[in-house]
Amino acid sequence: MAKELLKGNIAMAEAAIRAGVQAYFGYPITPQTELLEWFSERMPALGRAFLQAESEVAAVNMVYGAACTGVRVLSSSSSPGVSLMMEGLSYIAGTELPVVLIDVVRGGPGLGNIAPSQGDYNQLVHGGGHGDYHPIVLAPASVQEAIDLTVLAFDLAEKYRNIVIIMADGNIGQMMEPAELPPFQPLKTEFPKWAVRGAKGRQRRILSSIYIEPKDEEVTNYRIMETWNKVQANELRYKEYYTDDADMLVVGYGTAGRISLSAVRAARSQGIKVGLFRPISLSPFPYQQVEKLAQHVENILVVEMNAGQMLEDILRAVKGNIPVDFYGRMGGMVPFPDEILSEIQRIASEGIELGGDPRIRWMQRFAPVIRSKN
Amino acid sequence: MATTTGTQIVYQRPASLSETPNHYCPGCTHGVAHRLIAEVLDEMSLREITIGVAPVGCSVFAYKYFDCDFVEAAHGRAPAMATGIKRVLPDRIVFTYQGDGDLASIGMSETVHAAGRGENITVIFINNAIYGMTAGQMAPTTLPGQKTTTSPAGRDVEQMGFPLRMAELLSNLDGAGYVVRRSLHDPKNIRLAKKAIRLAFETQQRGLGFSMVELLSTCSTNWGMTPLEALKWLEEHMIPAYPIGDYKVAPNVAEIKV
Repeated sequence: MAKELLKGNIAMAEAAIRAGVQAYFGYPITPQTELLEWFSERMPALGRAFLQAESEVAAVNMVYGAACTGVRVLSSSSSPGVSLMMEGLSYIAGTELPVVLIDVVRGGPGLGNIAPSQGDYNQLVHGGGHGDYHPIVLAPASVQEAIDLTVLAFDLAEKYRNIVIIMADGNIGQMMEPAELPPFQPLKTEFPKWAVRGAKGRQRRILSSIYIEPKDEEVTNYRIMETWNKVQANELRYKEYYTDDADMLVVGYGTAGRISLSAVRAARSQGIKVGLFRPISLSPFPYQQVEKLAQHVENILVVEMNAGQMLEDILRAVKGNIPVDFYGRMGGMVPFPDEILSEIQRIASEGIELGGDPRIRWMQRFAPVIRSKN
Repeated sequence: MATTTGTQIVYQRPASLSETPNHYCPGCTHGVAHRLIAEVLDEMSLREITIGVAPVGCSVFAYKYFDCDFVEAAHGRAPAMATGIKRVLPDRIVFTYQGDGDLASIGMSETVHAAGRGENITVIFINNAIYGMTAGQMAPTTLPGQKTTTSPAGRDVEQMGFPLRMAELLSNLDGAGYVVRRSLHDPKNIRLAKKAIRLAFETQQRGLGFSMVELLSTCSTNWGMTPLEALKWLEEHMIPAYPIGDYKVAPNVAEIKV
C-alpha cells in the first residue's frame, strides 16, 4: 500500500479497523474525537459495532462486555476520560481480558487543556485502577508508528490476555504526515475457550474479576504477575539513535522523543557526541537497556512533556551510577528543539553533578521562564 | 385411568438453574426471582443463547446459580456491560440482574441511557428498599421514615431526599419497550411476576427495545423482621409507595400473546 497524508487520530482508527476491531465504544473528548468520528462512519458501513456511550465510564464497561465475547474491541479517549476509565480497566485486568485503549494525552491535571502532554505516564504505566496489574503501554513518535503499534496492540492483547494502551499525545493525534496503512485482516471467526457467547452444546462459562476467597485471589494475582513476567521478558521495544559513540544520552518517548531527536542531530552537527534512547514500550520499561547504556555515557538528560514521570524510572535504571538531569514542559506546553539543544550544550560544557535531585535542579533553571510569563 | 404407581414429578429445579447451594438468607426473595427467570429461560428454550450480567450487591454471585453463560459487572455498570455484549452478539439474549443500589444509585446513568437507547436487553430489577450485601444502608428506594444503618432515625426526606420510582422514571423514555413493576410477596403476585418476566424476554427476542421488570422484594435480615413479617411489610408499605403496574408497554409489545 502506498503512503498517504494521514492525520494521527484517523490513522490509528483506520489501523484498528484493518486489524479487525469488531466493536468500538467511546465518548467525545478533544484531542481524540476524530477517532470516534471515524469509527462512527466506518464501523456501521462494515457491519461492525459502534456506539457513542453516555460517558467514558459506560464506554469502558461496554468494552468490558464486548471483550468477554472474545472479539477485538477498542476504546479511545484523552486524559480526563481515561481517568474515568480506570475502574473499568482494573476490572478488565482482573478478568484477564484482551482490550486495546488509545489515550491521546492532553494537558492536566483536572480539566487542564486540549494541548499535547505526557502527563498520563504515571496513571498509565504505574497507576490507574486498584489492585496489582500492569497494562502494556506503547508510545508512538510518528503517525506511521502509531499505525504500526495499533495493529501490534491487538496481537499483544490477545497473546497475553492483557490490556494494551497506546499512549499518544495531542501532537501525534492531530498532526498529519505521510504514512502507510496496513492490509485488511479478516475478522475472527474462531474465539478463545474462555469467551462467553452462549453455552450452546458446552458447559457454561463465567467471566468475573471476583475471587471472594483471598487464597483464590492470591492465586489469580500470581497468575497475572506470571503473565507480566513473560511480557517483560518478550515485549520490550525501544529505539537507539547515535548511541554507539555517545558520551551523553538523551532519553525521551513519543513527541518528546521525536523533538529530542532533532536536538540530538543539531548537537551532533556541532560535534557534541550525544545519542538518543527512545523507549517505545513504556510498560514494560526497558530498564536493563538504560542501565547498560549508562555504563558507556557520562551523563543522561531526560526529556518529557510532564514534570518528570519517566524520570523516576530512569533514576531506578541508572542506580545513581552516573548523573542525570531533567528537562520538561508541562500543562500542554511542547518543547522546541532549541530548548533541548541548549540543555545538551550546557551539559556538554558544564557536565552534571552526581547526586542531588534532577527535578529540583530543573525547576531552579526553569523558574525564570515561568516567572517571565506572569 | 391415571397411574398410581411410580413417581410423578410435580416440582423440580429448572434446567436453567445450576445445582448450587445459594448464599441468600432464609426468607429472601432473590431465590424466587432467580427461579422465575430460570423457568422463563426453560420455557422459551433460551438457556443456550443467553448471557447474564450479574451486579454488585447481594446478587453478586447470581452467576453461580444460573446454568448459562454469565459475566460479573462492576457496581452499577451491568447495563453498559450488557450493551457491549449485545452489540457484538445481537442474536443472543442478554439480561442483567440488579438491586436498587446498583441500578438506581451508582448505576443510574448506565440504566437510563440503556433504556433511552432502546438497548435490546432485559433488566430484572430487585427493589427491596435497602442495601443488603453491605448490611442495611439507605438505598435510593428506601421509604420516607424507614430506618437503616445510615438513616438510623428514619429516612428524613428533607435531608436525604425522596425515594426514586424507577419504573415510572424509565417509562417516559422512547427506547423503553416494556417497563413494569411486580411484587414477590404472595403466590398470586409471583405468578404475575413470572408472566412479566416472560413478556420482558419476549420483548427482547422480538427486538422491541429495552425491557425492565421491577420486582418488589424483601430483605428480612436487614429490615430486622421474620420472613413472614417482611412479606407483610412489603405489602403494606412498599406497594403504596411503589404501585404494581404496567408503566410502559409499547404497542407492538402489547400484541405479544404468551
